[in-house]
Amino acid sequence: MATAAATPQEALPHSPEAVVVRFAGDSGDGMQLTGGQFTLSTALAGNDLATFPDFPAEIRAPQGTLFGVSAFQINFGSRSIDTAGDAPDVLVAMNPAALKVNVSALKPGGLIIADTGEFSKRNLDKAKYDSNPIEDGSLAKWDVLAFDISERTIEAVKPFGLGKKDALRCKNMWTLGLALWMFDRPREPIHDWLRAKFKSKPDLAEANIAALDAGHAYGETAEIAGPLRQVHVDPVPSEPGLYRTITGAESVSLGLVAGAQLAELPMFFGGYPITPASAILHHLARLKEFGVTTFQAEDEIAAICAAIGASYAGQLGVTSSSGPGIALKGEAMGLAIMTELPLVIVNSQRGGPSTGLPTKTEQSDLYQAVYGRNGDAPMPVVAACSPGDAFDCAIEACRIAVEYMTPVMLLTDGYIANAAEPWKVPDPATYTPFPAKFLEQKNAGDTLLPYKRDAKGARPWIKPGTPDLMHRIGGIEKQVDTGHIDYAPDNHQAMTDARRDKVLGVRIPDQEVCLGETSGRLAVVGWGSTFGPIHQAVGRARAKGLDVSHIHVRHIWPLPANLGDLLKSFDHVLVPEMNTGQFKTVLRDQYLVDAQPLTKTSGQPFQIAEMEAAIAKFFDGIEGNEGGEVPANNQQLPSTEGGNP
Amino acid sequence: MNAPVKFETTLKDWETDQEVRWCPGCGDYAILKAVQRTLPQLGADPKNTVFISGIGCSSRFPYYMESYGFHTIHGRAPAVATGVKLANPDLDIWLVTGDGDGLSIGGNHLMHVLRRNVNMQIMLFNNEIYGLTKGQASPTSREGTKSPSTPLGSYDHPARPAAFALGAGARFVGRGFDVSKKLPEVLTAAHAHQGAAFIEIFQNCIVYNKDVFEDFAAPKGAEDRQLWLEDGEPMLFAKDSKGIAVDRDRLELKVVDVVDGDWQAAGVIVHDATNRSIAHMLVEMPFGPYPMALGVLYDDPRPTFEAAVIDERARSSEGKEPNLARLLAKGQTWTVDGTAQDPI
Repeated sequence: MATAAATPQEALPHSPEAVVVRFAGDSGDGMQLTGGQFTLSTALAGNDLATFPDFPAEIRAPQGTLFGVSAFQINFGSRSIDTAGDAPDVLVAMNPAALKVNVSALKPGGLIIADTGEFSKRNLDKAKYDSNPIEDGSLAKWDVLAFDISERTIEAVKPFGLGKKDALRCKNMWTLGLALWMFDRPREPIHDWLRAKFKSKPDLAEANIAALDAGHAYGETAEIAGPLRQVHVDPVPSEPGLYRTITGAESVSLGLVAGAQLAELPMFFGGYPITPASAILHHLARLKEFGVTTFQAEDEIAAICAAIGASYAGQLGVTSSSGPGIALKGEAMGLAIMTELPLVIVNSQRGGPSTGLPTKTEQSDLYQAVYGRNGDAPMPVVAACSPGDAFDCAIEACRIAVEYMTPVMLLTDGYIANAAEPWKVPDPATYTPFPAKFLEQKNAGDTLLPYKRDAKGARPWIKPGTPDLMHRIGGIEKQVDTGHIDYAPDNHQAMTDARRDKVLGVRIPDQEVCLGETSGRLAVVGWGSTFGPIHQAVGRARAKGLDVSHIHVRHIWPLPANLGDLLKSFDHVLVPEMNTGQFKTVLRDQYLVDAQPLTKTSGQPFQIAEMEAAIAKFFDGIEGNEGGEVPANNQQLPSTEGGNP
Repeated sequence: MNAPVKFETTLKDWETDQEVRWCPGCGDYAILKAVQRTLPQLGADPKNTVFISGIGCSSRFPYYMESYGFHTIHGRAPAVATGVKLANPDLDIWLVTGDGDGLSIGGNHLMHVLRRNVNMQIMLFNNEIYGLTKGQASPTSREGTKSPSTPLGSYDHPARPAAFALGAGARFVGRGFDVSKKLPEVLTAAHAHQGAAFIEIFQNCIVYNKDVFEDFAAPKGAEDRQLWLEDGEPMLFAKDSKGIAVDRDRLELKVVDVVDGDWQAAGVIVHDATNRSIAHMLVEMPFGPYPMALGVLYDDPRPTFEAAVIDERARSSEGKEPNLARLLAKGQTWTVDGTAQDPI
């Protein structure tokens, strides 16, 4: 593979533009917490950042095992950051298994910080090391800072009288303290957070703070003798305003609340626990004061059916799941399409098929979203490209659902759901409201026509409880206008056409080119969470003078009206996606363009280097292209990142 | 139950202009008329009444009721109805399902709507067969039922709807049959019950399972085979010559003879609709050695699901202002110059 790893790197300079740090440990070591707090302190320092939490599906995998390794990667810098970074500069390995799973991803010359207190014979065996890598020279191409973090943590928290087990649980804070020193971050926000978290157990709060401070102090001492040096990353110049970090799950939840407000409707959310979608249910369950009702149903089918019932009764019905749950909801989606009720369905995609890879990311539900129902069942599909973008996409999904009386699917994925990024807090007043309208009286003289369409092709929304508008709806084919049962051939043809035309006529903005020209040699066309690596890779290629543009599609169905012409104005079209080429097929089908796939299904996001290599292939022999080893067309790229073996 | 104000309607007001499409002689016609007869007596308001059904012959019911109606998908009506009720608790919901819809494909949803106690009337039309799909054995078909899918006779043990409902936590269990004159009374009691009220209605499928309930539903000899339960009244049948007593050694019900009307002497028990233990025995009571228990077998309300949801929403909203701008800026925020802000 052509990656940056081909050239040996220098150790981190004192003021790098960007740094990638990966915290890895046992799933019980609190690595996600450590990463989350490091993210917050990094955001407060004014760096742009992107994160990638990578954790096992098991809740408490056996300690010390390779499959129990949990990792959190953060890329932060003084310039715009779009991805969680390819290869880490720094790897914090809390045990041998964490080292084994993650070390191959580390840049040559990168720094390993390892807790020797965990490198016992027993743990080495569990990690399937024949000899201790810290001692046997196998880590020679990296800088290694190995010392007994466990012992130092126990020492630091001694005054608080904790048992050994509890004392060792402060290890992650000790490590975080060291990382804070290393990147010149203030400790106070973490102190405050610990005091709030352990409000009822002040001793635990103080013990964790002592561990944090001890790790920080260790940095200052160790700098004198070892490879450890302080690194300073300047703040990124960004638009003035108020910022916060946000994950996709939070962002979707807030966007749904905003969407319901803009529609002037109470929201009903029907959900069923599933990874990685549950977080949306958890967030919304705490927002009842916004007119939100959350209902944890008995299964995925009941979750969507209850949401449909709520929409029928005049609320904004929403349901959310991941691929397997979305499959179960398929028949009910058809009911919402047939009864033409508004509904938002959020799909946080994960690796499939079947249970697949519950905690890993993939974009393989695009066919399911666009085509995956019985009958001709058209439905708008919107895809978010980042955690922050999910807010706007959720609002967009609500708008389409309410304006067009249709279910809408919002696609995110495991990466967007869990990853955090800085988010400029939007002003809700800047969004145009789309208030829902309910029919209050008969709409055809003395007659009620529940399926009489407006100019947009939408039927009226009629709440039960409205006088004189009693009528019946259901899943059997409806008669044009009256909505009565009607199996007649002409009627089914007319209604099939009407449902199709309504969805194809959904008003969406024209497709823009987010980087580069509107015509040229190569368009890299992405959707969803591949935005970051595509944007970076196209940016780098353009910096080398290559004629390449980045187009990122939010509206998967219907597609933007100008997309076909736009694609045809490029010589080549490359479609990177974390599946086996689903959007590529849709583009080929819709526009007869020779869209070429770049696919990856390793459960890990694309790396920038992978994208660059694929782009380079289209510029063979062209000046500015440095060439390099390029994967064959259609070939799946292996991941160089760690993961569960 | 729901409508606090009595609304004036007649049976005709509840009929739609749609042609009823059940087979001639189907028990569903009688149930439809019983419901259309009951609603005016209840003072029900068509605009606040919603009939919600799944799939199957019984589930066509909403199309024939001049109220709001939703013909949903197979087995899922309880889930749809739960959403409707939570979105608008003022609506009076009648759920229409069958033995296949409610106990096979929708068994899970039926269980949960009952245990959650969502306020609605659930009418399960039990004809012990799949009608609309042309006569396959259903989960309530008796062992040995010959059908296109069980040519040598079915061999799975039938589900018992009333026992299922009670086991799932139902707080109201009633029973009736299509042509029974007493069906409106059972429907009325179900409507008066605050919470999920389950009514098993034996229904004659004249095409695929004709007269399967004749052994107890036939007018001739009905007194000997039907035990109509009345709260506060002794459990008597066969023109008061027989009654139900408790066999205290075996802890089960037994049929006893009543001599000269002295039911106390015979140990006949008085029906207490709030007695859950006796209700469990009544729903398990096999027809044959015992009469068919009909009427209100169990009725002991407790707080409804929607009341709890409304209460929780009120409690969790207390003192909170739904300010979206503040919500978006919640947590630790910073401005571009890197100044940390206090959490809002």
